Amino acid sequence: MKDFIIPDDRDMGTPAKTGKPVTLTIDGFEVTVPEGTSVLRAAAEIGIQIPKLCASDNLEAFGSCRLCAVEIEGRRGTPASCTTPVLPGMVVDTNSAKVRKIRKGVMELYISDHPLDCLTCSANGDCELQDMAGAVGLRDVRYKAPEHGGMANHFAARNTSGEANPEWLPKDDSNPYFSYDPSKCIVCNRCVRACEEVQGTFALTIAGRGFDSRVSAGGAGDDFLSSDCVSCGACVQACPTATLQEKSIIEMGTPDRSVVTTCAYCGVGCSFKAELQGDDLVRMVPYKHGKANRGHSCVKGRFAYGYANHRDRILNPMIRDTIDQPWREVSWDEALSFAANRLRGLQQTYGKKSIGVITSSRCTNEETYLVQKLTRAVFGNNNTDTCARVCHSPTGYGLGQTFGTSAGTQDFDSVEQTDVVIVIGANPTDGHPVFASRLKKRLRAGAKLIVIDPRRIDLVKSAHIQAAHHLALTPGTNVAVVTALAHVIVTEGLMDEAFIRERCDWDEFQVYAEFVSDARHSPEATQLLTGVPAGELRAAARTFARGGNGAIYYGLGVTEHSQGSTTVMGIANLAMLTGNIGRPGVGVNPLRGQNNVQGSCDMGSFPHELPGYRHVKLSEAREIFETTWGVEIDPEPGLRIPNMLDAAVEGSFKGLYCQGEDILQSDPDTKHVAAGLAAMDCVIVHDLFLNETANYAHVFLPGSTFLEKDGTFTNAERRINRVRRVMAPKNGYADWEVTQLLANAMGAGWAYTHPSQIMDEIAATTPSFAGVDYALLEEKGSVQWPCNQAHPDGTPLMHVDGFVRGKGRFIVTEYVATDEKTGPRFPLLLTTGRILSQYNVGAQTRRTDNVVWHEADVLEIHPHDAENRGLNDGDWVRLASRSGETTLRAKLTDRVSPGVVYTTFHHPDTQANVITTDYSDWATNCPEYKVTAVQVSLSNGPTDWQEDYAAQATRARRILPAAE
Amino acid sequence: MSPDKMIRMANQIATFFKTQPGEDAPAKVAAHISDFWEPRMRAQLHDHVATGGAGLDALVIAADARIARPRERA
Repeated sequence: MKDFIIPDDRDMGTPAKTGKPVTLTIDGFEVTVPEGTSVLRAAAEIGIQIPKLCASDNLEAFGSCRLCAVEIEGRRGTPASCTTPVLPGMVVDTNSAKVRKIRKGVMELYISDHPLDCLTCSANGDCELQDMAGAVGLRDVRYKAPEHGGMANHFAARNTSGEANPEWLPKDDSNPYFSYDPSKCIVCNRCVRACEEVQGTFALTIAGRGFDSRVSAGGAGDDFLSSDCVSCGACVQACPTATLQEKSIIEMGTPDRSVVTTCAYCGVGCSFKAELQGDDLVRMVPYKHGKANRGHSCVKGRFAYGYANHRDRILNPMIRDTIDQPWREVSWDEALSFAANRLRGLQQTYGKKSIGVITSSRCTNEETYLVQKLTRAVFGNNNTDTCARVCHSPTGYGLGQTFGTSAGTQDFDSVEQTDVVIVIGANPTDGHPVFASRLKKRLRAGAKLIVIDPRRIDLVKSAHIQAAHHLALTPGTNVAVVTALAHVIVTEGLMDEAFIRERCDWDEFQVYAEFVSDARHSPEATQLLTGVPAGELRAAARTFARGGNGAIYYGLGVTEHSQGSTTVMGIANLAMLTGNIGRPGVGVNPLRGQNNVQGSCDMGSFPHELPGYRHVKLSEAREIFETTWGVEIDPEPGLRIPNMLDAAVEGSFKGLYCQGEDILQSDPDTKHVAAGLAAMDCVIVHDLFLNETANYAHVFLPGSTFLEKDGTFTNAERRINRVRRVMAPKNGYADWEVTQLLANAMGAGWAYTHPSQIMDEIAATTPSFAGVDYALLEEKGSVQWPCNQAHPDGTPLMHVDGFVRGKGRFIVTEYVATDEKTGPRFPLLLTTGRILSQYNVGAQTRRTDNVVWHEADVLEIHPHDAENRGLNDGDWVRLASRSGETTLRAKLTDRVSPGVVYTTFHHPDTQANVITTDYSDWATNCPEYKVTAVQVSLSNGPTDWQEDYAAQATRARRILPAAE
Repeated sequence: MSPDKMIRMANQIATFFKTQPGEDAPAKVAAHISDFWEPRMRAQLHDHVATGGAGLDALVIAADARIARPRERA
């Protein structure tokens, strides 16, 4: 095994600074560091590790432990090196007899109030307190409790007479992933500071003073679970002792090796060190050199990996003739030849275009590339689509039209230089939590925030942050709001004319300016429609246009509408109008949903585009692949997911290979999806679990987790990150191998032996990836495409010297009301979303302890609407639309406005998508998940549909015992 | 797909391009549909136009002649 060599991972004590160089002398060695650097860090730069306990390089210096005391020539006393900035010519002695004596005294005091159970302590081998006791040479502790006095420590539950020690507190095991043991605490404040500075939740504090000081989660009476804690684990990572400790470490002990890899949850794409004993994963620790996450993580990435070993995981291939039969476990050979024969048979009977694929936005680039290659080169059609159809396809179209590429324009580091942020149709604290933490840090430093969202999301107001403006629009009116913002900017003369003249098509701008200046786009004219007060909208427009570096971050609340593509264009217009493109701190930033949804789009998953976003009608693009693959490529666009289902119902689409995607749960209008699947003769589900789609499948091919394979994921910043195999696939094959086996069963003759060869093929055929190979990724850690001869180190910022298409293009964005309208039968608007602890359809997170935070989908409803219907908090309610109905529990909250209700789609027994409709974005068919007219009423229990669905699912999941 | 759905999708595209400046809206609608609609869907649209195009926006009907005819291959 050739492991990636982890670069310097030491804790440098305090954060890196930027500033003019300062030269000083430490222990006789000259060192030059940026102004503002601490003496502690300067020493670490030359390899001198000054003992420390309360300092950590991801936290601002705190100066409480006094262990890092040093002597500085010409200065009195022994200053803490963590809080002392370097000065030119400073002469520092880090190890004088005087400071050595001080450190030993400090440690003696710490240890006098710390249990000496090191050998059986869960932090044994991973304890900074232990390390520091060793480093200072502590040999005995003179301080003892007075013989007849009270206890004077926090760690003994009872004194020698058996009396309870009032200072002792029991362990708090309420969080499923880590424990809090107050008896081990040294009150260094690192956990509290990590919660504040890194995560930005402010759930922890130090309660009490002096000897009574305690780490406390939430208010009096709270434990970790009931507090505001979001279980990101930053405190656990920060803790130098066993006080806050992963339960996996308590159970298993310390890891003996680590492998750097990439999280398989959201589009932030955090880098992690997977820490292992043999091939058992002990814990995931966010990797400080990860350029997306800079050492931070959320509850999903750090803790929710248990699904990989869940008992529900299917490890053997299975087949059945019809979906009313139970599954039969078979060999790989039998399953693959069954699948291949069926698919070829369908093509013979129903034509070449009667089968297709859905690529996975959870699998690697290499795997996705092979799945689309399977349909293009082996099936001989372009029937490939991916989850981006139902999330960011409008981004591809909208940004392609305006800028010339679908690429998000920035890296995540860019947020550190932004001055005013618009968050529209995104809920980063739940959907993209690590980005949210980075954004909140910037907001606490003074950047302004404008939230455009029907709900009062956490970013609108939470600890130490508050949005300057919250435009709580009516669902479905994004275009009207965005166009009204542009109206204010243009009519009040707030645009950046120099930028527009230089970088954009001036004639088109004139047309656009005339369009938006029309009084019908003014906030006063649109406020009745949008529900956004005109004054507030005007103020927001002025804040954005005049506020300095302006960045727009958006999510599926923008794209998943009838006018999703139009809103994306409107956002691009706003960025161009204000000159906010092409430098750090600005830009148009689509927050991608799944870990590799960016990559799956890049890899040619769309039915009209070959890898690298080249339309299949272009013969020069087809020729590249025809030459490489030795086949003819169909010049016609293929079917998109909704079109596949429509064609299936009509009988012209009969077979589907669906990798790592659960369309029955995730796609809208469940009844229609089920009808489409039921009409097919060969549905192949390739997944970890018998997901909902598998209820309609004839072949089940077991999948591998991200821990079990090599490859790459591309995150929302276009960053290509390595995924590294840390254990063998439990199902026997990595997913790219399974696709290759299927292709070869159909006669393809592929012979890849490692994903790096697939990446080499991608690079050889796709100009924006031309410079990418695994050697480069080993060297650089990650790279953002385009990466080629023109950009050998990749491209952190797009459109720096000009737009990809040449001149930026302003596009007229007329608001068109969706056909989905409220009325007497369905008077409320449902909008859907997700929450922090669950991911997408929940197939992974529902199989972890994350369910303690969210065990069921609930319906958020305003108390006013609830009262009208006689609903109380926690009641079972029936949620109905013209598409279907389900039941779930109501949660009364003013986070939603009157007239709007909200739920998540994480649980199949609720199946929120039975409610959503088949309406979709005009340009891309991206479904309109965010607007459905509904009615809510009291319910006695599950609907008939829910009961039928559950019964069908139970029947469909039967597995015959394996034949002897 | 159901005729209603096809009509709605085609009309949505026409509705967007109607708002755009310039005289070439039928060409833009035709280009969009040619680029993104699979041959089966385009054939269904052609057939519907051929039989009167009930429910279709006039712009879709005007665009129909310029929508690429499905290129059939063996």
